[in-house]
Amino acid sequence: MSALNIKKGSTSHSAYNLRPNYSDTEERHTLAVIVENEPGVLARVIGLFSGRGYNIESLTVAEIDHEGHRSRITIVTSGTPQVIAQITAQLGRIVSVHNVYDLTVEGASVERELALFKVSGKGNDRIEAIRLADIFRANVVDSTLESFIFEITGTPEKIDAFADLMRPLGLEEVARTGVAALSRGAHALP
Amino acid sequence: MSNSMTGAKMVVQALIDQGVDTVFGYPGGAVLPIYDEIFQQNHIQHVLVRHEQGAVHAAEGYARSTGKPGVALVTSGPGATNAVTGLTDALMDSIPIIVLTGQVPTFMIGSDAFQEADTVGITRPCTKHNWLVKDTDALSKTLHEAFHVAMSGRPGPVLVDIPKDVQFATGTYQPAKPQASHYQPQVKGDIESITELAKAIETAKRPIFYTGGGVINSGPQASQLLRELVAATGFPVTSTLMGLGAYPASGEAWLGMLGMHGLYEANMSMHDCDLMINIGARFDDRITGTVEHFSPNSKKAHIDIDASSINKVIRVDIPIVGDVAHVLEDLLKVWKSRGRKTDAEGVAKWWKQINEWRAVDCLAFKQTGPNIRPQHAMARLEALTKGHDRYICTEVGQHQMWAAQYLGFEDPNRWMTSGGLGTMGYGHPASIGVQMAHRDALVINVAGEASWLMNMQELGTAIQYRLPVKQFILNNERLGMVRQWQELLHGERYSQSWSEALPDFVKLAEAFGAKGIQCSDPADLDDAIMEMINHDGPVVFDCLVEKHENCFPMIPSGKPHNEMLLANAKTQGAITGTGAVLV
Repeated sequence: MSALNIKKGSTSHSAYNLRPNYSDTEERHTLAVIVENEPGVLARVIGLFSGRGYNIESLTVAEIDHEGHRSRITIVTSGTPQVIAQITAQLGRIVSVHNVYDLTVEGASVERELALFKVSGKGNDRIEAIRLADIFRANVVDSTLESFIFEITGTPEKIDAFADLMRPLGLEEVARTGVAALSRGAHALP
Repeated sequence: MSNSMTGAKMVVQALIDQGVDTVFGYPGGAVLPIYDEIFQQNHIQHVLVRHEQGAVHAAEGYARSTGKPGVALVTSGPGATNAVTGLTDALMDSIPIIVLTGQVPTFMIGSDAFQEADTVGITRPCTKHNWLVKDTDALSKTLHEAFHVAMSGRPGPVLVDIPKDVQFATGTYQPAKPQASHYQPQVKGDIESITELAKAIETAKRPIFYTGGGVINSGPQASQLLRELVAATGFPVTSTLMGLGAYPASGEAWLGMLGMHGLYEANMSMHDCDLMINIGARFDDRITGTVEHFSPNSKKAHIDIDASSINKVIRVDIPIVGDVAHVLEDLLKVWKSRGRKTDAEGVAKWWKQINEWRAVDCLAFKQTGPNIRPQHAMARLEALTKGHDRYICTEVGQHQMWAAQYLGFEDPNRWMTSGGLGTMGYGHPASIGVQMAHRDALVINVAGEASWLMNMQELGTAIQYRLPVKQFILNNERLGMVRQWQELLHGERYSQSWSEALPDFVKLAEAFGAKGIQCSDPADLDDAIMEMINHDGPVVFDCLVEKHENCFPMIPSGKPHNEMLLANAKTQGAITGTGAVLV
């Protein structure tokens, strides 16, 4: 196979899905996209997803190298292997994109998300909330006599689990950052 | 020379440095400083079009007929939005053009100023890349980068949006440095995959080359290498609408165009082949028909400079990412070094089968009756213009398919048609762009009356610049292709598909100062075409043709390649089921 590493059985994703599916299994992939930090670059990436009908489960972006004008976009997306291969190739042809890495394909990676939870309550609910926060290693970053704001870091699944537990205890508001991810080990992406 | 100059002067200087000789454009408030600089120089000829869409299509025609980038210059707001169709057209067909737009001054951006539009926002999905330049010092570098991006890798349209204060301000001009860009697409193909393809060529019994616009875009050398490869292997070759001329129509191995209105032998060969070698084509839906039934038993190789084209529609076995000329050169080297083998016996049997399909003679027609049949008009146009230094443009519809079927193209860059986007109104301005680049050539735009009316105002441009473009209109007083589909799919209910209140095209031509010719009698056709060719100036040729002619052969949508409709086929119920929702 070529350096492209295109999987056998790849086909297109289309809104009008009259095409044969070579593989029906939807997979969740985390992509790291290194882009030139210039105006409009995020719009190019998002426009690609909306224009071609791909999913975005989460997207985070921030500058990572001020001198080198580089930003890193972490995208969690889902689709069949064919769709994922198309997404990677389509991202790669955007002129302001330097590199695209499919962290899910390239080996083990660490994924973390930060979330803030506002929980209000009194009495036992309030005690239970802070007890659970302790178990989840969430920090209290704001507190009144009727409320807490918890800060929690972890995998999206851990944050989902914490949200499920807080809901009956008076969960008022949630803010999540979306996933940031790095591949494991000493090796750095070029 | 001082490197300090205004932004407006930088624009002109950058164009000169990039070797631009012609700019198609239309002035307006936000580009006045640039027009002032154009006024004060003699290096670049500016062609004043009559509508900004015309400027972009003219730039496309210029680019496609020369292999050089085309340049258009328009103002902010409506100037930019009128350019959108041309940009999308160029994106779909991978045509390198640079569109420069004026913008309201930086301090007014976002204030809903007069003639303000979010040009980079609007054109982001219809350009390969675009830039808003907010600093005069960054302008020259951006302009050079724009040319580099438009021409490198898979070519395409780019846009540079230049606010008026940036044009007025003074900054430092930097000469072009192509290596400065991070954008350097891979042109050499992976040698392992190329070797795999060479091996497949050695053993194939029913091979076919399926070539596309990528061969043309790769430059004349790619066409030369393709011809060498076809001659050396003896394999048959077919091409998409976009790739006509890369292999000569008079060549022995030529099967004609493939696809929805392609030739019977080309489509049957695609369906039954055992090795398909896609060179610079993209498995467009006009080519594949239903994907499930597309060439079910073949091994498929795909050479494309754009990695995202590979496995997008059709799963391929041998993907090769690279520039066509580079890959073909390596392929020839590898295949020759391995002993230039083919399965001669198998291929001879394959040709025997192909020749049986050829004998069906799918383009045969009889010129009978009192009216000119459009196929006859095309056949006569071909016969009478064949020896000329000829460039053909088209609009979009039935006439476009008849032109592709009945005209023969011997060389690349001689055929300008809107393939991917299917833009009615493309051909007339494109013919102006072609004629600007080839002043002494015979430039013909084969048109339908409805398409031609969409950009007929450009006749004024042809007159102003003494461009002897020939507008050959197959006038059936119908939106012919729409009418054909309504016949096939909608029970002959011809909703809004006839051209009522048509102008008198002869008088229209004369009103602009051009020559008008009308022809309705088959007996007069040759003389009328000769009169058109011999007239030194623009001509509008109103060729009145049979009104209800259908374009055949045709693969009805939803059907595989081996279920084509041939001439005079029964059309009722030809498209059924899932095919009906396809366009």
